[in-house]
Amino acid sequence: MSVKDEVYRIVAEQAVIDVADVSDDKTLEALGIDSLGLVESIFAIEEAFDITVPFNANEPTSSDFDISSVGAIVRAVESLVAEQKAAR
Amino acid sequence: MRRVVITGAGTINALGHNVPDTLEAMREGRCGISDLDIRDVERLQIRIAGQVHDWDAEAQFNRQQIALYDRFTQFTLLAAKEAITQSGLEFGGQLAAEAGVVLGTAGGGVNTWDENYRAVYEDGKNRVHPFVVPKLMNNAAASHVSIEWNLKGPAFTVATACASSNHAMGLAFQMIRAGGARVMVTGGSESMLCFGGVKAWEGLRVMSRDACRPFSLNRNGMVQGEGAGVFVFEDYEHARARGADILAEVVGFAMTSDAADIVMPSKQGAERAISGAMRDAGLAPTDVGYINAHGTGTAANDKTECAAVADAFGAHADRLMISSTKSMHGHLIGGTGAVELLACIMALREGVIAPTIGYEEPDPECALDVVPNTAREAKVGAVLSNAFAFGGLNAVLALKRA
Repeated sequence: MSVKDEVYRIVAEQAVIDVADVSDDKTLEALGIDSLGLVESIFAIEEAFDITVPFNANEPTSSDFDISSVGAIVRAVESLVAEQKAAR
Repeated sequence: MRRVVITGAGTINALGHNVPDTLEAMREGRCGISDLDIRDVERLQIRIAGQVHDWDAEAQFNRQQIALYDRFTQFTLLAAKEAITQSGLEFGGQLAAEAGVVLGTAGGGVNTWDENYRAVYEDGKNRVHPFVVPKLMNNAAASHVSIEWNLKGPAFTVATACASSNHAMGLAFQMIRAGGARVMVTGGSESMLCFGGVKAWEGLRVMSRDACRPFSLNRNGMVQGEGAGVFVFEDYEHARARGADILAEVVGFAMTSDAADIVMPSKQGAERAISGAMRDAGLAPTDVGYINAHGTGTAANDKTECAAVADAFGAHADRLMISSTKSMHGHLIGGTGAVELLACIMALREGVIAPTIGYEEPDPECALDVVPNTAREAKVGAVLSNAFAFGGLNAVLALKRA
């Protein structure tokens, strides 16, 4: 499963929608994921990829982890996976 | 209806091991938040806390007592001793039967859970100490206070997360006011600065890694603290008859439930508790000079709290002072309202308003006088203390100068 497929699966599960309804241009908000759902999604991403995501719910937009859209999240996860695997 | 006054106060927290040291730190705007010193801290992302340092349990308690006292009970007993000693009360005969204890804690003996889970899961042991249950139970602290001081009336523990001690003190107030007790030892304590306790909070993604900066635009979360605050609440006539030194009068209390979200605060729920406490106390908004804020330093709490205060006070919101001492001692969770009540008593008794330290940038959504960084001298006649818990449970106390 690619990073994109896995992130789509996590987002769809959190939003309780079909994976087919997830796309790169959608925002989590548009998919109906609230701030708690966001924190749970990030936890699921960390568990799925065995990475640590720098995310603070008090300043969701100011962290290095871009959550502005599903596509942005996929790219952010890809770079974290590359970074953190390289560091091991 | 009986009047209720405070005749004793005690504490231990990151700012001091007693009330005078704590108030001195609040006056000076000193920060008690430091590097967290616990086992496995290197596996945590959050490594700061309002931790109690230089705590020597062996100097206070014997070996048998320590076998029974979790750290939250130890803190409670120390604070209770200071408060009851100050009150000058001795509990015997009829007074003992009419005196009780109601305390708040969110987690109870979290360190005891943590250590014993380690023993059985991590170390593979198949045996734990026989007193694990009486040590970790949430009512352990209240029960040990009743045993130590011979309090034979109502005794119980309230667990409403971050509002626990305000709920406990509110109930103590109501009980004495209604004639159900003559004296209540009340307040709360918390000690969850252990690996499991911090890891759980870390998971919520609301913790700051560097500082607690309530109401500041650049705030980035809360910082955990630990410790206890304990007070003696007493029937005014009883206190007056024995010539007790009265620290402040408790005049009102209100509690509300948001009935909405398990973690996100509600402006309406908070506003109803604030207005309810003033109504219960017979105070007009213009009577209130200071509010000790819940002020956790999270994005959500601080803006919701300021909006609730603005709604409850109208134009007077711009004239009162509101500060969060969590910036100095951290968030003591179930014990926080008790330590914060000390700032309310200092405001009424000494005319010194404790500051919100770490304040760096104004936030238009928190546009109130938050007493930034430096304590202020001001004469205030009535104050409120806010506590708003996860679960949407709000508890606000109102105090007046004695």
